[in-house]
Amino acid sequence: MVNTKREHRKKPRLKFWELLVGSGVMFVILFPIYWMIITGLRPQTETFSTKPRLIPTFTLEHYREILAEGSVMHGLLNSTIIASISTLLALMLGAPAAYVLARWDFKKKNDLWFWIISNRFISPIVVVLPFFLIAINLKLVDTYWIMIIIYQTFAIPFVVWLSVDQFRAIPKEVDEAASVDGASILKTFFSINLPLAIPGLSVSAILVFVACWNELLFAQILTRSSAITGPVVALGYMSGYDIRWGPMMATSTLVVIPIILLAAALSKNLVRGLAMGAIK
Amino acid sequence: MQKVKSPKLPGTAKLLLFPSVITLFVIGIFPLLFSLWVSTRQYELSKPYLPHSFVGIDNFKAVLWNPEFWTALRITFTFLLIALPLQLILGTLLAVYIYNLRSPRFSALLRVVLVLPIAVTPTITGLLGRLLFNSDFGVINYVLSLIGVEPVQWLADQKAAFIAVIMLDTWQWTPFAALVLIASLMVIPPQVLEAGELDAGAGWSLFRYMQLPFLLPGFTALLILRTADILKMYDTIYSFSKGGPGVATELVSLYINRIGFGKVFNIGMGSAQAILLLVICIVLSRTYIKLFYKEIEA
Repeated sequence: MVNTKREHRKKPRLKFWELLVGSGVMFVILFPIYWMIITGLRPQTETFSTKPRLIPTFTLEHYREILAEGSVMHGLLNSTIIASISTLLALMLGAPAAYVLARWDFKKKNDLWFWIISNRFISPIVVVLPFFLIAINLKLVDTYWIMIIIYQTFAIPFVVWLSVDQFRAIPKEVDEAASVDGASILKTFFSINLPLAIPGLSVSAILVFVACWNELLFAQILTRSSAITGPVVALGYMSGYDIRWGPMMATSTLVVIPIILLAAALSKNLVRGLAMGAIK
Repeated sequence: MQKVKSPKLPGTAKLLLFPSVITLFVIGIFPLLFSLWVSTRQYELSKPYLPHSFVGIDNFKAVLWNPEFWTALRITFTFLLIALPLQLILGTLLAVYIYNLRSPRFSALLRVVLVLPIAVTPTITGLLGRLLFNSDFGVINYVLSLIGVEPVQWLADQKAAFIAVIMLDTWQWTPFAALVLIASLMVIPPQVLEAGELDAGAGWSLFRYMQLPFLLPGFTALLILRTADILKMYDTIYSFSKGGPGVATELVSLYINRIGFGKVFNIGMGSAQAILLLVICIVLSRTYIKLFYKEIEA
């Protein structure tokens, strides 16, 4: 939108140095991702070559190996389940709260708001120590339950923080009209505000999903094998003296690619969500 | 009803608000109290035969007298003071560059590319770092060799490892800074810019007087978010260097993790450290939010 306005102001021509800088930036960003992908697709001997080869000798041996071994798929499945349920739960709890925070002024609202956003500052290591002890006592270590619960510690604040603006963007008159018509607060929220906020909320949902999917510390300490998540499985290749680069990078690719594609496909909305959430 | 700024919340609105507040309270405050209790005990998981006897504030004293804790804090803040300005400067340059691009297609393409590193799992960023910074066959040493630099032992040399970690973090988060700053620039009304171009001319003074003021909210947001992230930083470094060599890249989260869950499993001591870190986080966030956040309309 802004672009079209600027277009008639400036001639739409790319200068040479601009092309050069832009290509350089893209190269620096994309090369590591490219290198990860092809290291998973080339024989290990080629990885060790001192003169890097940009085009790999193509092989699927690493993928065959990790798929046969099974732990990677198991981890990705766990990641999908844990991240989906965590996101859903955080939305169910956080979205109504965001609506209330967007619509009403009340005593202690500032303190509440501050407490919710200050959660972003709390280091996960602070959270995980007591959770670990509690989980041992309740025999919840290595279960989906403990993962979904502990992910709420950052997912709920994140949803509230991102979603308040979505509800603020809906004109208050909508609520007032509904209340004149005799609709209850609950009805106004569920049948009017919630549907209107869904596009914005879906952006929050994706950002929270990505945060859960990418999380390491909690998963590393609270899972062992049955609830192990993708990043922990990928990290497993680091133990021992001989790092198996091929399987490690193939696993990494499988962990990263789904969310990279998701992010690229929705980049416009995500950027708006993230950036606006940040600037306010 | 909503127009009146009543200090009392209607009952049904409470019904919408409380589930999340109660949940957060239970999963946030209760473990914290537990932590506080543990931090006053002698509690080593590796020695289950020992009683968890009450030791008062001995754990806290031990932490505060322990130079390792201060080293970890010093490393964390050094990291913050180098990485954050670096990413803000690079991010600003990138944002201004992309904002001023004359080809909408090229700038749209760049913006999609900028989103990608943000989505990459930080754990994988660290693993990828091990591959790229490998001293025998890593691409970075190869490129350096082309310009005549001797192979760098990225994971064995303390300074080099620290630089490498900063580079990884910068790779991942500079694009985020750029995107936030582009969004701040996008809110400049075109008329303002046009008027500004007439007044201030182009180039530096246009940037200084017309664009920089609009960037300030973006800077503030980035300052807050990235400080929080760096205080929490764990994944990338753990998978890249595990805090090594020695403690060269051991930021405070990694250090607490080593004490609480490493060989010693000293949960009591770890809890005391975690609580001290929490205090630091709260003080910092309070200060930041008080200083910058306009969100709260008093």
